[in-house]
Amino acid sequence: MTRVALVTGGSGGIGAATCQALAADGFHVLVGFGGSQDRAQAVADACDGAAQAVHIDVTDESSVTAAFEVATETGTLAVVVNNAGIADDDLLMRLDPARFDRTIEVNLRGAYLVSRAAIRPMLRARHGRIISVASVVALRGNVGQTAYAASKAGLIGFTKSLARELARKGITANVVAPGFVATAMTDELGDAARESLVDMAPTGRAVEADEVAAAIRFLAADLSGSITGAVLPVDGGAGI
Amino acid sequence: MSQDVLNTITEILTEEFGVPADDISADATFEKLGLDSLDVVELTLVLEEKTGVKLEDEELEDVRTLQDAVNKIAEKQG
Repeated sequence: MTRVALVTGGSGGIGAATCQALAADGFHVLVGFGGSQDRAQAVADACDGAAQAVHIDVTDESSVTAAFEVATETGTLAVVVNNAGIADDDLLMRLDPARFDRTIEVNLRGAYLVSRAAIRPMLRARHGRIISVASVVALRGNVGQTAYAASKAGLIGFTKSLARELARKGITANVVAPGFVATAMTDELGDAARESLVDMAPTGRAVEADEVAAAIRFLAADLSGSITGAVLPVDGGAGI
Repeated sequence: MSQDVLNTITEILTEEFGVPADDISADATFEKLGLDSLDVVELTLVLEEKTGVKLEDEELEDVRTLQDAVNKIAEKQG
């Protein structure tokens, strides 16, 4: 039986590391991409195991539906990782409504659309792992990140509620909350935001994408069935 | 036809949901059988596989008893 794992934003830093970790655990990984197919295909090719690139724009319901059709045609959907996200940071007084809305649309509404699509196939299998990538910023806040922090804090409340809804059906929902990880997304951050994120961590260093992927891999495992509604920090202690 | 569907539902309820066969009758409500709304959605997914009839969430709103579900499926089978 082919067990499928769908990772949104699969070609980004954390996404790519997650795809590799899940492929290594024997999942057939769907490397979800909203932008460049070439990068997603490169991630799929680099996986040690079965993987393919699949287009999924998490802001577009029909795109989400189409990606889940690919997932169910490929095998049994076992894992969904809500990883697609954007950071469009600015001081609140400069942050216009369109930019705020866009951040919520991708980071929070996207996870809603994807998780909702995952429920039916997971319900049928009476097994599922829904893992969402939030941020230490959701718990601590950060200058210039009101929209981002709101979207990621929203993911936590969303996940805890979803965990309660689905617990009896063998489906878990959890959050991984990374600290500062050097990726293409965080390259966009201002120096001050980046430095303050690294300074928050008692480890005194950035988090590696592979370290976040390891936490996701752990939550995706069959033996993690009693962990649900949890927020697992992978932040070098920044949330202490 | 309707009897077939009722038999199918009975089979699913006993085998997949662990409902005692003695409790099941056409006029029993899903609620009384211990099924909540998520269970009913799951039941419709199994029914879809077995009968080929897909019930949408909004069509489930007024489904209370097994007979309601049987009628709804019969309606869609035409």
